[in-house]
Amino acid sequence: MCDTCGCNENGKDIKILIPGEEQETTGHAHSHGEHDSHDHDHHHHDHNHTHSHDHHHEHDGYDHDHSEKPATGNGRLIKVEQDIMGINNLMAERNRGYFEARNITAINLMSSPGSGKTTLLEKTISRLNRKRPVYIIEGDQQTMNDAYRIEAAGAPVVQVNTGNGCHLDAEMINRAVKKLDIAAGSVLLIENVGNLVCPSLFDLGEAERVVIISVTEGEDKPAKYPTIFENADLCIINKTDLLPYVDFNIEKAREYALRINHNLEFIELSATTEEGFEKWMDWLDSIKK
Amino acid sequence: MHELSIAMNIVDIATKEAEKAGTDVVFEVDLEIGTMAGIEFESLEFALSVATRGTILEKTTININRIQAMAKCIDCGEKSDIRDMFSGCPKCNSYNVILICGKELRISSLLIE
Repeated sequence: MCDTCGCNENGKDIKILIPGEEQETTGHAHSHGEHDSHDHDHHHHDHNHTHSHDHHHEHDGYDHDHSEKPATGNGRLIKVEQDIMGINNLMAERNRGYFEARNITAINLMSSPGSGKTTLLEKTISRLNRKRPVYIIEGDQQTMNDAYRIEAAGAPVVQVNTGNGCHLDAEMINRAVKKLDIAAGSVLLIENVGNLVCPSLFDLGEAERVVIISVTEGEDKPAKYPTIFENADLCIINKTDLLPYVDFNIEKAREYALRINHNLEFIELSATTEEGFEKWMDWLDSIKK
Repeated sequence: MHELSIAMNIVDIATKEAEKAGTDVVFEVDLEIGTMAGIEFESLEFALSVATRGTILEKTTININRIQAMAKCIDCGEKSDIRDMFSGCPKCNSYNVILICGKELRISSLLIE
């Protein structure tokens, strides 16, 4: 099923492109504008029933018995006990194994739109290129704009356009990596779709996760979007050159984020003026491949 | 709406498990979803109604068992239900709490023909 519009065609409307090949489409290419062409019956939603039950675990997650379940006369109960994210996580581990074997440092960069991820990448590329090869996977819903910026900055890049999708997943990375042909010993920077919610649930196979916030956003971002901070290794606070002009309390932002993730590291920098940039480059250097 | 991706995974896993058991009739699917798993329950219910359409789960009852998130305070050892990581420990007010459960995203069982 297509997770763009929920229609019954297989595949996803996801494009994985290098600069200069905008026309190619991988996955299925049906038009999401013309729903007449699909054979949906929009008036029969009432077949399916979903029930929610509150459920309290008084123990630490060990085996337990769902005895509240009514005994059903016919039918067989089969235990599944599978992680719903299992399909993604398996693929992520395949990616991770490939990166490890090829000595590739893969970093997943997540933030809301407009936090300065692409500018940070441009500056990072020009500094890294003197030391180690660097490759970029760009995730956006639409356009090749960021891919062209990255290409101009001097790094091989693959753009993943997720269509209406709100996050990258491990399979998209797997496909993008095949197209990118990354040299052993490189750094791979993955710019996730600008979104502080959905990307946090999807392991891509990265070595480290970085969440970027900027001082033009509220200092309560960690309080509003805790999950993404919970799963991050490093938090970059960007646009510090604008601190004199905005009402942003860095200490508060740190405190909020540390409540959620006691081990989170922080780097404050300005991607524009490159103040504090050395710390970020040192951190990248320190990551075990 | 990452809930749609989650719902599609649920349909995939349940369909494969039913096939393995030699049937395409599934009466019920039991899920365990933690209240801090990063899932909006209403979105998931909606996503499931869309994702199951045209599949063997179209008429299946899907039970979402919510697992209430619980945390343990590292400082005083108190265990408590939590809504988020901001409230801190209700006994000693420390923020030094760790999650015991509430991140579950699991298909626990199927009731099949």
